[in-house]
Amino acid sequence: MQRSFIAKNPSVLVFLAILALFTLLVTVMSEGFGVGGISTSFIKTLGKTLCLCLIALAMDVIWGYTGILSLGHFAFFGLGGYMIGMWLMYERTRLIVVDSLAQAEIPPTDGEVIDAVGNQIFGVVGSSEFPLIWAFADSLVIQLILVVFVPGILALVFGWLAFRSRVTGVYLSILTQAMTLALALYLFQNDSGLRGNNGLSGLQNLPGVTASQDYVSLWFFWASAAALGGGYVLCAWLVSGKFGSVLRAIRDNEARVRFLGYSVEMYKLVIFTLTACIAAVAGALYYPQAGIINPAEIAPIASIYLAVWVAIGGRGRLYGAIIGAAFVSLLSTWFTGGQAPDINLGFYTVKWVDWWLVLLGLSFVLVTLFAPKGIGGLIDLYTERRSPSRHGADLGPDDGALREQEASQ
Amino acid sequence: MNTLLEVSGVSVTFDGFRAINNLSFQIAEAEMRAVIGPNGAGKTTFMDIVTGKTRPDEGRVIWGESSMNLLRMNEAKIAQAGIGRKFQKPTVFEDQSVQENLLMALKNNRGWLAVLRYRPTKVDLAKVDDLAEQIGLKDQLGRKSGELSHGQKQWLEIGMLLAQEPRLLLVDEPAAGMTPSEREHTTDILVEAAKTRAVVVVEHDMEFVRRLNCKVTVLHEGAVLAEGSLDHVTSDQNVIDVYLER
Ligand SMILES: Nc1ncnc2c1ncn2[C@@H]1O[C@H](COP(=O)(O)OP(=O)(O)OP(=O)(O)O)[C@@H](O)[C@H]1O
Ligand SMILES: [Mg+2]
Repeated sequence: MQRSFIAKNPSVLVFLAILALFTLLVTVMSEGFGVGGISTSFIKTLGKTLCLCLIALAMDVIWGYTGILSLGHFAFFGLGGYMIGMWLMYERTRLIVVDSLAQAEIPPTDGEVIDAVGNQIFGVVGSSEFPLIWAFADSLVIQLILVVFVPGILALVFGWLAFRSRVTGVYLSILTQAMTLALALYLFQNDSGLRGNNGLSGLQNLPGVTASQDYVSLWFFWASAAALGGGYVLCAWLVSGKFGSVLRAIRDNEARVRFLGYSVEMYKLVIFTLTACIAAVAGALYYPQAGIINPAEIAPIASIYLAVWVAIGGRGRLYGAIIGAAFVSLLSTWFTGGQAPDINLGFYTVKWVDWWLVLLGLSFVLVTLFAPKGIGGLIDLYTERRSPSRHGADLGPDDGALREQEASQ
Repeated sequence: MNTLLEVSGVSVTFDGFRAINNLSFQIAEAEMRAVIGPNGAGKTTFMDIVTGKTRPDEGRVIWGESSMNLLRMNEAKIAQAGIGRKFQKPTVFEDQSVQENLLMALKNNRGWLAVLRYRPTKVDLAKVDDLAEQIGLKDQLGRKSGELSHGQKQWLEIGMLLAQEPRLLLVDEPAAGMTPSEREHTTDILVEAAKTRAVVVVEHDMEFVRRLNCKVTVLHEGAVLAEGSLDHVTSDQNVIDVYLER
């Protein structure tokens, strides 16, 4: 207990070292700064994967450690992306408009510029007025604050309502799905103010930056790596020590925690909001690399995938979440990108683009049944963590409680 | 002596079944009380009401010198006010070490910010060591509590209860599943605790109750059937009829 944070969490140092090494390797192999060998588009894929690892961390803290199976964290991820996307799109369009109007004989007024920008952005949804929510789109600083603020407030309000009435277990999961669905449906509307199903696009172009994507992609890759490293340290700090103790206690038996005098609702609210903010930061870094965000990204299924990644990686261990997210999402890119060779069975050709989801679902079921510690459990073999014998009982009575098979000493 | 907890006229109905029926109960500071009664008498339900787990249909539960109404408070607030509870079935956090369990229970600020910044001080760790010594788990501090034996879990929970430094301890069947010598030790711990605080012990085992050497309340069908010294209640005809003879 008196040992230092690092001594208690050796995985932090190991992870940071691996992450640093990986970042260096990718940089050296990049087309922008290195010898080439990794294409710019693949660097974007890797950068996006790092962001997915970050939201998987958040998911592991809320689900693996606190026992709240939130199926809505991709909503916060998407909102974070929208917030940064608004500035990127506004500013870039404004620069283009100013450029083109500069040729005119009479210099344009500010009002004219803004009207023209509005026309450019909202033309696709048959409008040219800036909706109220774009009020701060011209300020990078404010939009950056909104990246964590808007999802944070949504999580706070939603969490307050849900936890206060003591909704738990599968009902809470359904509620988070409902929230995600409602948000996605709202954003699909043309008058939502965020361009309906067109979403925001051209986000890969940084306004005022002339450097090629070879470089920009690496900047974002580095930023994603830094965010993931920081996120890992933050999450490791959260789940270690007494706060982490209380979180795990809530996961296994929240009624008992109340009788110790801890306000379970407050702790849940704090950790729900905090992980929503982490998810939002991940989203804000992800979408400039993806280049486009639309409401389909927030679809409820995305949040379910997130739970699958964490389960396959091994919930309740931070490195498990990272391994799961990286492994499954990269594999998914490979399969759905058409790179995986089709298998010709003679009477039927297995096209991975179609069959990948089946394979994923099957692995999920198999992992849950036969290897509940997930891929992260393999690391236990190395560190020789033994499992306690609980004679088949879970570690607590609550729905989210750790199962015996997931636990280790 | 001052009344610490006063329960008056409390009734609870579960789906039409009256588990607690116009129950009244008082305990003073630094008093030890044993509560006995047949299965289903409502002993655990009584504790549920005092600790805020179950809301009664009617009645009052008043706490402390400032006469706080416990019925208006949630479980966490009641625990913070100084009521600690040990459950019938030992409930410790099995995924966590004995030390983590005790540190979580140790009396300290329960707010999330304070907990987030909390680092165990020397004083706290010494307190935990003392408690572990007292409950005979000194050598098990680093072990996951899920691996402890049933009796050890019971003790760990008693240790957690003491760590909270409550003014009232509600102890539900503390000696269940313990060996005779363990029971004796448990009695010692409880008697020691009752010197400085109020203790309510629910227990089936008459020998255990006799060793506690305190006033006894007999519950039956959710109401008090008799109250007094053990010899007094065991010679009461009503008590003999419903309880002892069965
Ligand atoms: N939540 C509940 N819903 C329905 N009935 C309940 C509930 N809790 C308790 N009861 C019933 O109330 C009665 C009193 O139960 P209680 O657990 O308080 O008894 P007890 O005196 O602690 O018994 P034991 O000695 O077996 O522990 C029992 O008949 C029980 O079935
Ligand atoms: Mg009982």
